[in-house]
Amino acid sequence: MSVTLQCPGYPEDTLRSLADRLPCREAQVSSLLSLMGQPDQYSYPSFFIYGHRATGKSHVVLTIMKDLELPHASVDCVECVSGGLLFQQVLSAFFGPNAAALLPRCPSLSDFVRLYKQMSSSTPAAQTRYIILDRAERMRDMDFSLLPALLRLQELVNDNVTVILLSEIVWEKFRPNTGCFEPLLFHFPDYSKAELVQILSRDHHPSYTPELYASYINILLGVFFSVCRDLRELRHLALLNFSKFCEPLEKGEAKESDIHKLWKNIEPHLHRAMQTVYLREVSSMQWEQQQMDEKEATTLRGLSAHAHIELPYYSKFLLIAAYLASFNPARTDRRFFLKNHGKIRKTNFLKKHEKTSNHLLGPKPFPLDRLLAIFYSVVDSRVAPTASIFSQISSLVTLQLLSQVGHDDQLDSPKYKCAVSLDFILAISRTVSFDVVRYLYDFL
Amino acid sequence: MDGCDGSDRFRICQKLWETVQMNTEVIQEQLNKHVLDSLVEFIKKHEFGISSEEWRQRSSEIPTAALMLGVNVPDHAMTLRSLCNLLQDSVTPFVVSVHAKECAAVKLLIQKVLEQLMGKGVSVDEEQEDDTAVLHRTQCTISALCQWYKTAAKKCTHASPKRKGNLKNDVPRSLPVVVIFKDFEAFSPQVLQDFILICSRYTQELPFIFIFGIATSPSAIQHRLPHSVSSLLCIEVFQSLSCTQHLASVFDKLILNSQFPFKLSSRVIQVLVGIFLYHDFSVQNFVKGLQFSLLEHFNSQPLSVLCCQKKEALLCVKTLSQQNVERIRHLPSFMRFVETQEPQEQVQLLTSDEHVKDVCQKLLKNLHKYHKNYYPVLRCLHSLTSSLPKFPLGKHIRELHVSCIEKNLWETEEYDSAMQLLRILAKDELVAALEKCAEILKSANTKRMQNVLKQVEDFIGRLEALEGATSEESSGDGVILEKNRKTDLFQLQKTLLEKESRRTKRLNPYEVLRSQVMEFVDSLVREYLTPAELQPLSEVCYYSSSGLLRQRLNVTPRTSIQTALSHPFHYLQNEILKTNAGTISSAAPDLCIAYKLHLECGRLINLYDWLEAFATVMSAAEDQDADSEEYGKFDSLKHARFIQAVSEMEFLGFVKSTKQKTDHVARLTWGGC
Repeated sequence: MSVTLQCPGYPEDTLRSLADRLPCREAQVSSLLSLMGQPDQYSYPSFFIYGHRATGKSHVVLTIMKDLELPHASVDCVECVSGGLLFQQVLSAFFGPNAAALLPRCPSLSDFVRLYKQMSSSTPAAQTRYIILDRAERMRDMDFSLLPALLRLQELVNDNVTVILLSEIVWEKFRPNTGCFEPLLFHFPDYSKAELVQILSRDHHPSYTPELYASYINILLGVFFSVCRDLRELRHLALLNFSKFCEPLEKGEAKESDIHKLWKNIEPHLHRAMQTVYLREVSSMQWEQQQMDEKEATTLRGLSAHAHIELPYYSKFLLIAAYLASFNPARTDRRFFLKNHGKIRKTNFLKKHEKTSNHLLGPKPFPLDRLLAIFYSVVDSRVAPTASIFSQISSLVTLQLLSQVGHDDQLDSPKYKCAVSLDFILAISRTVSFDVVRYLYDFL
Repeated sequence: MDGCDGSDRFRICQKLWETVQMNTEVIQEQLNKHVLDSLVEFIKKHEFGISSEEWRQRSSEIPTAALMLGVNVPDHAMTLRSLCNLLQDSVTPFVVSVHAKECAAVKLLIQKVLEQLMGKGVSVDEEQEDDTAVLHRTQCTISALCQWYKTAAKKCTHASPKRKGNLKNDVPRSLPVVVIFKDFEAFSPQVLQDFILICSRYTQELPFIFIFGIATSPSAIQHRLPHSVSSLLCIEVFQSLSCTQHLASVFDKLILNSQFPFKLSSRVIQVLVGIFLYHDFSVQNFVKGLQFSLLEHFNSQPLSVLCCQKKEALLCVKTLSQQNVERIRHLPSFMRFVETQEPQEQVQLLTSDEHVKDVCQKLLKNLHKYHKNYYPVLRCLHSLTSSLPKFPLGKHIRELHVSCIEKNLWETEEYDSAMQLLRILAKDELVAALEKCAEILKSANTKRMQNVLKQVEDFIGRLEALEGATSEESSGDGVILEKNRKTDLFQLQKTLLEKESRRTKRLNPYEVLRSQVMEFVDSLVREYLTPAELQPLSEVCYYSSSGLLRQRLNVTPRTSIQTALSHPFHYLQNEILKTNAGTISSAAPDLCIAYKLHLECGRLINLYDWLEAFATVMSAAEDQDADSEEYGKFDSLKHARFIQAVSEMEFLGFVKSTKQKTDHVARLTWGGC
């Protein structure tokens, strides 16, 4: 536990508390610190830190920055809908909001470099300045020159500045075609189970012993470790279910040492939690509510329980027709929708690739004409091609039950795909008593 | 006189439309009250939750309400508007509603949110105007909003000490920022994900609450958001009521109401309900259809001046113009009425205007009385038959209503089968149904209905008095069964058959009473549920041109274009264009001629042949001699006209150019005209 971080140039006791606040990341912290060097030394121009979600990347970096009181600018790239926002945040973090205000309306990279130079010449860096870019993968969608430029910003602005990129994906996916300065790669591995226990046990409840909480965490991980290693999620779940775990203790039915009894009490509950609250089928608020007024056994209906959609009559048939058009080869339409289609053998009739199940291949696009032709033949009454039939098609598209293929400004014979599942279409066709399976080529 | 008449009609129509509007709004409010209240409850709950320490520690979950609105998208606007108002009045001034169309990118979405929030801030306080006046594009971030929120929220809590005083606990409450996504499905998933990620970074400073307006099902959320994003939300589902229920209450209030003088004929109801059920599920559109028929009725029927409340109508009759009296004489229902009168009376009715007016007053009174009795009896019959298996008379009251006003209900097969089913009703069911009827009849205030109520109550009393008798009998049956238990199957069958025959012979008192009740119900139906058409002067109140309504509300653009092209007379109303079916008048517009000619071609049309045929028709139009040299030849003018016609055809989508064959165009439509 007491790995002492050693790094000259930083106060000893801060380093000690740092080590204490960043458990299970000692190795990463110490190598990061040694890479950073002493505050006044020039550091390596850019680092790239990657690792799965909730492996402590930003937490470690930001804690180091804050505790050691290093000048830094932390930017989340999701927020930067344009490069300008990124520049602005960096400048205002280093030189105050007045500097950021000097940026022109749509700042380019060179504007940023120019301003940075101008500012840093008046206030040169006494310590290394750090720019931390969280979710750096978003930078790839921005201006293509931005990433290479930031990687060697130190050279460009001639200042003691280091860029730290944080991402969940590997560097290979970043490298631009034209090549660029290679940052130092740095991997944060996933926490092991023991490490998770150690970290989670730290936020134990004041009114219970740490040992009890640790055993609770062990039980929790026993259930969830196989599906979820996200520290944040696990902490959330631990918090949600702890009161249930303590219930026998509160009621005096068990003592803290009766781990087995407590385990028996909580285990089914946790399994239920895995199916509901973990998948966000039930909100955490509702989950807690349910725990409060428990024993009513009112099983909350999750999100996916409300799958039924009420649709107007013709919309149902349009959807069915779209499904048929999407999953039947166009050549089989004669067989299904003409009275005198003649006998067509399945095997001889089709090309090789059509023999595989169409449901495995997914929906295929079809033109509007084919949709309407099938629609008129499946619907049981004569329908006039009214404007509302057409508007129903477009409202099905807005409801995302159909999806339009290609650009939506294609007015001349637009193409669609059906975006609903077989179960859904079976439920829909049952309400209009239409046997959809009889018309599906895959089920012949 | 007629002009004055028109203004009267306009006034009445206006008044009726106002009542329709008011009623629908009231209905909407009542129906949405439950879901809106629970939403407000949800938001308030989270509002306090946010300030509690535990929640802060808990993480960045954003409370989210998934509001299930149903697929009737046109109705959503009204619900969301009232939600918005309710929230602004009772919870927080910071309510934003965004529409997918305006938010194609995260930048635009954030901008929209900021504009709506900060723009409102300006209207509240004049001083702040300069720094929120123009939002710099680059400043358009949530952190800018954060800054603004800090000052605005402080101001709001100070500005409304009243509201604060209402709260019992001293927790400094932070006003939430509610973002309503009006059409969740239409948002691009990427935009939503980014927006949620950004917002979740600021939950500590900025208490966001999202409301997703979802048309399909809550699983739409899971389809659009990956787990990493949906784990940032704390989603609860709220179900708004179904549109069919909504329609039923609108129908109940506006159509099955004797107070509302304007009526729809069975066909019109079928058209309107058909559009609702088959096409859009939109109550808004149903009300629009009602409005259209209202306008059309008052516009086309001069006698609709009598379509108002009873007192007003009676006054109106006295001042009817001679022309209108004549119109009354020509009403089919009035003519039918005249035929049933004595010859003496007939003459009077046909000659004396004054007499007609007197009779009209009487007839109008009768018509109002008919309506007053009709609806309670209709409801009673519905409550009796709605629980029958397979619903022989329809599941909804509107179906029963349609069949009642269309024809003599008692002559239909469905009615017979319903009555048969009613005749085998068990006692407790019958009593329950009759009690429901009594409840309905209590609200009806005509004398006759009071009589009917008395009779119904009498029946209920007698049925309950039977209690002792039947229970004895049934216990007797039980004993017999007990005795026969050990007999074999054959014997059992025999005894059962015997019992069956005995039953047909001797009815028990309950059965006797039940058939009496059924006869009574039957007599009620025959007396009160007569078709509306048979009532004299029914045309005054009933709007019946369903064909027109269908044509106007359920338009068929393609058919209209084809009619216009093949029968130009239909729209142009020019006598020269009148032709026999299948022939082209040479005086028709060029486009029509080209269209007619192209119908005779196959998939590919030779342009030169087409041009020649076109020129021939044109020549006929110019009365050229068929034998002359010039006949059928075309000059540059004709050529130009032809080219224009063809390009118009192309524009309308009937032909398109093709590369398969030179000088040919491909035909795109088949059949038609």
